[in-house]
Amino acid sequence: MDSALQELRHQVLQAHSASTPLRLRGAGTKDFYGERCEGTLLDMRGYFGVVDYEPSELVITARCGTSLSELEGLLAQHRQFLAFEPPAFGGDPTIGGVIAAGLSGPRRFQAGAARDFVLGAVLLCAQGELLHFGGKVIKNVAGFDLSRLLCGSLGILGAITEVSLKVLPLPRLEQTLQFEMAASEALALFNRWAGQPLPISATAWYDGHAWLRLSGAPPALRTACERLGGELLDAEAASRFWRSLRDQTHPFFGHASTLWRLSLPSTAPQIAGSGSQLIEWGGALRWCASDQPAADMRQRAGAAGGTALHWRGGTAGGRFHSLSPVVLEIHRRLKSRFDPHGIFNPGRLIADL
Amino acid sequence: MLLPEFDIDESRWSGVAEAPAPGRQLAVAQALRALLPADCVLSRDEELHPYECDGLAVFRQQPMLVVLPRTETEVRAVLLACRRLEVPVVARGAGTGLSGGAMPHAAGVVLSLARFDRILQIDPAARIARVQPGVRNLAVSEAAAAYGLFYAPDPSSQIACTIGGNVAENSGGVHCLKYGLTLHNVLGLRGCTIDGEPIELGGCALDAPGLDLLALSIGSEGLLLVVTEVILKLLPKPELAQVVMASFDDVGKAGEAVAAIIAAGIIPSGLEMMDRKATAAVEPFVRAGYDLAAEAILLAESDGTPDEVADEVRAMERVLQANGATAIAVSASEAERLRFWSGRKNAFPAAGRISPDYYCMDGTIPRNRLGHMLKAIERMEHKYGLKCMNVFHAGDGNLHPLILFDANRSGEWERADRFGADILELCVQLGGTITGEHGVGVEKLNSMCVQFSPAERAAFFSVKRAFDPPGLLNPGKCIPTLARCAEYGRMHVRHGQLPHPDLPRF
Ligand SMILES: Cc1cc2nc3c(=O)[nH]c(=O)nc-3n(C[C@H](O)[C@H](O)[C@H](O)COP(=O)(O)OP(=O)(O)OC[C@H]3O[C@@H](n4cnc5c(N)ncnc54)[C@H](O)[C@@H]3O)c2cc1C
Repeated sequence: MDSALQELRHQVLQAHSASTPLRLRGAGTKDFYGERCEGTLLDMRGYFGVVDYEPSELVITARCGTSLSELEGLLAQHRQFLAFEPPAFGGDPTIGGVIAAGLSGPRRFQAGAARDFVLGAVLLCAQGELLHFGGKVIKNVAGFDLSRLLCGSLGILGAITEVSLKVLPLPRLEQTLQFEMAASEALALFNRWAGQPLPISATAWYDGHAWLRLSGAPPALRTACERLGGELLDAEAASRFWRSLRDQTHPFFGHASTLWRLSLPSTAPQIAGSGSQLIEWGGALRWCASDQPAADMRQRAGAAGGTALHWRGGTAGGRFHSLSPVVLEIHRRLKSRFDPHGIFNPGRLIADL
Repeated sequence: MLLPEFDIDESRWSGVAEAPAPGRQLAVAQALRALLPADCVLSRDEELHPYECDGLAVFRQQPMLVVLPRTETEVRAVLLACRRLEVPVVARGAGTGLSGGAMPHAAGVVLSLARFDRILQIDPAARIARVQPGVRNLAVSEAAAAYGLFYAPDPSSQIACTIGGNVAENSGGVHCLKYGLTLHNVLGLRGCTIDGEPIELGGCALDAPGLDLLALSIGSEGLLLVVTEVILKLLPKPELAQVVMASFDDVGKAGEAVAAIIAAGIIPSGLEMMDRKATAAVEPFVRAGYDLAAEAILLAESDGTPDEVADEVRAMERVLQANGATAIAVSASEAERLRFWSGRKNAFPAAGRISPDYYCMDGTIPRNRLGHMLKAIERMEHKYGLKCMNVFHAGDGNLHPLILFDANRSGEWERADRFGADILELCVQLGGTITGEHGVGVEKLNSMCVQFSPAERAAFFSVKRAFDPPGLLNPGKCIPTLARCAEYGRMHVRHGQLPHPDLPRF
């Protein structure tokens, strides 16, 4: 066994036998995300490297500590990419952290979320075993889909040591159109356009402006631009703009207030009291800089058929939207079976789990 | 090596053929009749008979009882009663599954969702459909067509199979290369746990807090919960679709052409392959116009705006030519496109026409091993003395070898069974998997022992118990017990093929 992996395994076994909590961490770009958790640092960066990449298979397999920049650099050489556009938050995350957090960028609107691209994962479990789930092929229904369960698990079930991800060819062309309009008008249009066969790969609205990114074959983009109107943005500026949304370096995210992340049905009307707003994913993701009481934000998001996540800033407190009792009970049972001594990131995803 | 924390009572209900105790059927039937209208509980032999098997008819088992509830309240009542009386529950959609997933438990109740057949809502603005699990797959796209929308996953069985079955199997179709599997097209579901508790996972929003139990539930083969409602994603119908049909004089070359298309940065909306034996079987039946002289044909579909399609079709023609296609035809009309597909979609019934029985396999391998696999299957045909025709979801590396046999001839099914297991083991060796879309059911329990270590299988049982502590939902399916794998391992050692299946992988 690789010595870095052996070291990780050793630390996990020790923590398990002593019942002492571990805090799993890659590059720390998402330290802000989720609930606070205490524990001995388990640094996942030491186990790195791309294990397998065959461009014609559309699959890449990498160890958890591999940096996103290395992985994306390699894919770009073959004109491929991670279509869920994982945010780097201005740093260089590890791929293990990307999958454990399960966050996706602007293209989630069209291409799907991180979990949709997970094909397989290796889990270092509390008892020190390496469990292989899923695999390196696109279609695989053997056994429960645990590799996708790990995506977004924030490390509470064990340490993800390796992942296999589906990759896609880079779009041949991308163009961004900018429009002037109010938020309510943008929400209506985003939903209308999404119901038409248009090559829209991302949408955004902020401060009286709407943006549409089109991706695909040149002829398809030509037709779409004619149909949609708007002002064509310079390619450089457009790419900087989408990158700033993906990594949250856009000025909106520097706002002083508490930042809420509302995940709503795309057709949900404007949420009252949502403060300054940035809208993504065709209306399904709404970032709200608002000092409204947390209970109100959650109640309003819930009433609209969604959930509110306390993303950044403001006073500490529950970050995530609460779970129904049935769902919470299943979480408890899963946690107690996979991590009976509670060593993996206790409380990071759900308080007291 | 079995770990103490994973050590659970996995085998209590695993014997699906174990008959109920005398008097049990009557007692359970009475309990259920007190909860449901009279026409909802079936108990006479002739009523139970039609539920004996799913689409994989070699595995048969008469259930103790069948219930056909109409409402979620009734489903909850059934589950509560079954939990209290300790009766296994096997959910059932249309029974088209190909791995024995809906095959009954001798001491259990079949819970048919056939009466949950309503499309509850189509919301064209939000592009979603809210449906009951007994709705047929094709009915969703038919209902959405009025709004220029469709539901993308299209299993070949789509006129019959249900959305509940699709969710339980994570079904695919010929268009999943571009549009994804059921998993990628289900936004949320509602169901009942074995405790009779309603549970909602996902919803109309794109994210939900906590662990992704929605992803975990999709493909869980009825072992975790009973699905009572599903929210599906609808997509805008592409303006145009065209199919390129290419002939090859060698299956290896056809396999390479598949990899070359992907390597050229093209993701066709469908990319299917049939070998000569398959085209020969379907052509007289559907008259699709297939090139019968070709060793293999590829069907590659492009969809999008007319300009985009024209562009992509040209690009695919170039790649196919460069990779040795001996003939190329492009569908000139919608009728012709459907005709090209009709052969592929009717491959299974065609197998049934030329052979008394056929056994459909479902492994997946890395695309670049297609040629290797086909050669190996040819050798196996000689080894087992049986013919095999091959249809592939080539774009996803998902194989459907159809092994032809006659169940009335003694020993033929046993040979077909071993032939199939051999193919699946080769799939695992080539870096693939034993099932791409049909599920494990009862059929591939032994092959699960080959693909997963004891600790991995124990982890699956842990998931099962987290949702279903008494272990009553579809027991004996999907995850083999340790004892079963040990037995399979011993058998294999005797055949001298697989020396150490039970050793952990590191
Ligand atoms: C000719 C033919 C072609 C096929 N082509 C394809 C194909 O292209 N792609 C593909 O993926 N499959 C294909 N299949 C397989 C089959 O059609 C699919 O697996 C389908 O999803 C099964 O649906 P069903 O309603 O028939 O489910 P069933 O066979 O009734 O049940 C399948 C499983 O789902 C569970 N289940 C059913 N309903 C529920 C529910 N409401 N809640 C919880 N569990 C439930 C059952 O317990 C069982 O384990 C094909 C089958 C045939 C016969």
